[in-house]
Amino acid sequence: MASLTSGPGTPVPGTPVHVRVKRKTFPAIGGRDENTVLRDVSFEVSPREFVVLTGPSGCGKSTLLNIVAGLDTDYEGQIDLGSANPRMTFIFQTPRLLPWRTIRENLMLSLPDGDRRQDNVDAILDRVGLTEAKNAYPERTSLGMQRRAALARGFIQEPDILLMDEPFVSLDDPTAHGLRELLVDLWNSRPTTVMFVTHDRTEAVMLGTRILRLAAGSASIKADESVRLSPSDRTDREKVQAELKRIFESLPET
Amino acid sequence: MHPARKLSPGGATAERLFWTLTSLATLVALWALAANLTDSRHLPGPIKVLEVLGQEMASGALWANMSVTLVRVACAFFLAMLIGTMIGIVIGSYKRADQFFDSWLVLFLNLPALVIIALSYVWLGTTELTAIMAVAINKIPNVAVQMREGARQLSRDLSEMAQLYNFGPWKTLRHVTLPQLAPFAAAAARSGLALVWKIVLVVEALGGHATGVGHQIHAAFGNYDVPTILAYALAFIVVIQIVEFGVLQPLQSRVNRWRR
Repeated sequence: MASLTSGPGTPVPGTPVHVRVKRKTFPAIGGRDENTVLRDVSFEVSPREFVVLTGPSGCGKSTLLNIVAGLDTDYEGQIDLGSANPRMTFIFQTPRLLPWRTIRENLMLSLPDGDRRQDNVDAILDRVGLTEAKNAYPERTSLGMQRRAALARGFIQEPDILLMDEPFVSLDDPTAHGLRELLVDLWNSRPTTVMFVTHDRTEAVMLGTRILRLAAGSASIKADESVRLSPSDRTDREKVQAELKRIFESLPET
Repeated sequence: MHPARKLSPGGATAERLFWTLTSLATLVALWALAANLTDSRHLPGPIKVLEVLGQEMASGALWANMSVTLVRVACAFFLAMLIGTMIGIVIGSYKRADQFFDSWLVLFLNLPALVIIALSYVWLGTTELTAIMAVAINKIPNVAVQMREGARQLSRDLSEMAQLYNFGPWKTLRHVTLPQLAPFAAAAARSGLALVWKIVLVVEALGGHATGVGHQIHAAFGNYDVPTILAYALAFIVVIQIVEFGVLQPLQSRVNRWRR
């Protein structure tokens, strides 16, 4: 898989990503009051850092990711992506594949026509175990396979910044676990700056090099911890659990 | 459970065909019976109608009139699909446009076909183009309403995906937007054909056109010539059903083939 690890044109931007959100408010709609979901959330992400954003549901972590991605521009603050035009990829909470195109066509369409990265499509599909299913329509495959296809579509971009919003939610445990190992594997062979949103603590510790915990309601950052695990420790259930205790019990929820 | 009920697709088709044929045969038998009992010039039996159909075919009149009418159907159909789709997408995508034009749409949907036809001939004269336009205008509001529904249901998730993966406008239209609208367009096309071919005959009858199935039926009506009316109606039904089963149904299953 040399093409995925040492492809040309993948310089690591030397400057960190700066996220500064002073305030993000959703207007009052349908009987709900105006809702400030983020307040004074500021942090930096170093190149090739795997940052996990975690916190209770409704704390605004997905909103924060949408702001970084540029999908949500209605906020007070500033996002500085480091370099002028970084390659940014978003892996969504649902696979968001085009159901009327095959899995392979979905990957091909995610790249410009004739782009050299299109040559890697079959290799990466093989790597995520979709060689058999690549000519199937997404809805005719399992959710786990669709998630793998979405992961492959993200990594085939060779991104500088990879944003992921609970990409393994609503899968059974073994499938989710397999996908996490696949993600670690893909990331190790091509480290990139990652911002990963999850409410699953085990997932946070297993994947992240750093964990940012957001507090509930008008969230600001409550804790910022480095994960002290080597790559091999991350597949060791006991070490993951011990690290989880250290990080999360030092400052309990709410 | 009857084991023979769990049939292969071929068997299911055969069973459906059997029931269709049985039902049609029953209808023809009832028609023949009624014609026999009344024994009236105004209710000819199936044999008589087939004789007239044969004469019209032999003289070439059937095909000449049919082809003229089918060209009008085709032109009006494509015109209505094109304009209706464009209107539907615009009002389905922009809330302001929808709020503004919704009442216009309701007005045109409820405007009787006869009124549209009469006014078209009065204002634009009895030309070929008027005939086609009058038919199309009758159909456009229906297409627009169906396509508006399609445009309203466009997935925001997928357009965000297209935006973040830099699809650009052309790729987004072709691979994201149009496939989502295709089932609505297919449904609009099927209901559209049914409407267009009925209205076309009225337009031909009223416009004083010298050819066309509508003209032929109108002329036959003047003579109380029921066999000719029924012969043309029969021939027309057959042709439209061929288009329905040969073109529109395969098209509809093609645009839906990715579904589970």
